[in-house]
Amino acid sequence: MFNLNKNKLITLLKVQYSNMLEYRVEIALWAISGIIPFFMLNIWTNNNLNESINLSNEMLSRYFLSAFFVRQFSVVWVVFTFEEDALLGKLSPYLIQPLNPFFRYLAQHLAEQITRFPFALIIAIIFFLINPGSLWIPSLGLFLCSCLSTFFSFLIQFLIQSIIACLCFWTEKASSIERLLFIPTLFLSGLLAPVISFPEFVKSWIYITPFPYLIDFPANILSGNNTNLISGFLMQIFWILVLFPIFKRTWSLGTKKYTAMGS
Amino acid sequence: MNIKKYIKIYSLFLYTSIASELEYKYNVIIDFITAILSLIGSLFLLTIFFQNTDNIGGWNFEQALVIQGIYTILNGITNTWFNPNLTEIVKHIREGTLDFVLLKPIDSQFFISLKKISPSGILEIILGFSLLFYCISINQININLGFLFLCLTTLFCSIVILYSLWFLISTTTIWFVKTWNATEVLRSFLYIGRFPLNSFSFSLRIFFSIFVPIAFITSIPSEVILGIAQVWEILFELIVAGIFFMVSRRFWFFALKYYTSASS
Repeated sequence: MFNLNKNKLITLLKVQYSNMLEYRVEIALWAISGIIPFFMLNIWTNNNLNESINLSNEMLSRYFLSAFFVRQFSVVWVVFTFEEDALLGKLSPYLIQPLNPFFRYLAQHLAEQITRFPFALIIAIIFFLINPGSLWIPSLGLFLCSCLSTFFSFLIQFLIQSIIACLCFWTEKASSIERLLFIPTLFLSGLLAPVISFPEFVKSWIYITPFPYLIDFPANILSGNNTNLISGFLMQIFWILVLFPIFKRTWSLGTKKYTAMGS
Repeated sequence: MNIKKYIKIYSLFLYTSIASELEYKYNVIIDFITAILSLIGSLFLLTIFFQNTDNIGGWNFEQALVIQGIYTILNGITNTWFNPNLTEIVKHIREGTLDFVLLKPIDSQFFISLKKISPSGILEIILGFSLLFYCISINQININLGFLFLCLTTLFCSIVILYSLWFLISTTTIWFVKTWNATEVLRSFLYIGRFPLNSFSFSLRIFFSIFVPIAFITSIPSEVILGIAQVWEILFELIVAGIFFMVSRRFWFFALKYYTSASS
């Protein structure tokens, strides 16, 4: 199922990167559309809401800036591309190739993240210019940890969306399921409010779900807030290990079901 | 402008688009659940904000709920009408099918803006109004004719402003071809409409009332409902709505001059 070697991977990445560079403006706009955390930060600090959760203004601005970064590098849209490819029959030639088409989508995402990086950096610089007090340099170890956890967060979301995308084989329009799942992701992942500020009755169960590990956990590492590294990473790996076999199974069932539109 | 003709055409639009939407029945149901969850999520966020304080930007929880109600209604309208139609402009321009629209003997803006309808947003509109009625009862607001008239006028103005913003951005497709992501930027800006304008810092407040008048869209109708709106605010919203609608229409006809059609 996965006959991937280094050459294939590099070629895929190169092709997709040049593809993405063509849509620079689009990606820049996409980066801008991720600035919701900054609006949230504005509400939090402007109303002194952070006093109650024992986070100083600086720590909170670092948290939201980190949340912005984590979100930038863990955005997944595979279901929308896949749905279009499946509906228009573009998937058929991909299926003939001796490579799982999801590697192509994975490469697209990674290439898009590389293209996005400079724009995200510009937004961060603007943020520091407006808000110089919050400037900080994380230690190398923490920085690498946060990169790794952001990548894991990306993988979890990629796997979830790929499973949903495979449902296209049955229902044709799977993106509405993705929109449904996006709502808990938006509100529970920590993009709009740090998870520690959640009421107790939510905090009691939220750490078993994958949501806090998508934004809150990597953002806490990067911003230097208190967080349990070991349990966080373990939960991320746990969810990847749970989701991967489900994806494999839906994929193999789905491809058998595939009837290739327009042929 | 023959109004009768346009009403007849619009009822045909309604019929065809509802028929095609119902092909995907499960989608409609899933979208309904999404709408409900989305409202629950917003209320959840609001309770987090009000956990340890009794007001944000001078609005207490019961008052902030009014804003959520207005936001939900407007979001429902966006999902029912603006989103399905105005994202279609991108497709029209990329595939050159805008030619067929322009050749038809009806107003092109009318056709482009109202051709489709997606029923999933209607539940959101109903949810929004229910929340609003609940708020009216808990805030003990007396309803009389003048009050209703003012509410509906400001709400209508908000819809006009929202529509104009969407339409302005979609029109730029004629030059840039792919503006899908520009509408995403607008979507993320609209997000702040869930909260009272006063809860933001001064500079953001200025930005969102002068450059992108999102602040008016939800704040002024909510203030009218709560009976704390100033007369100048209502007049101002009327003027802004009028200007934005006229500019969006002018801009559309201006942009059409640059439309070169695909593959010709």
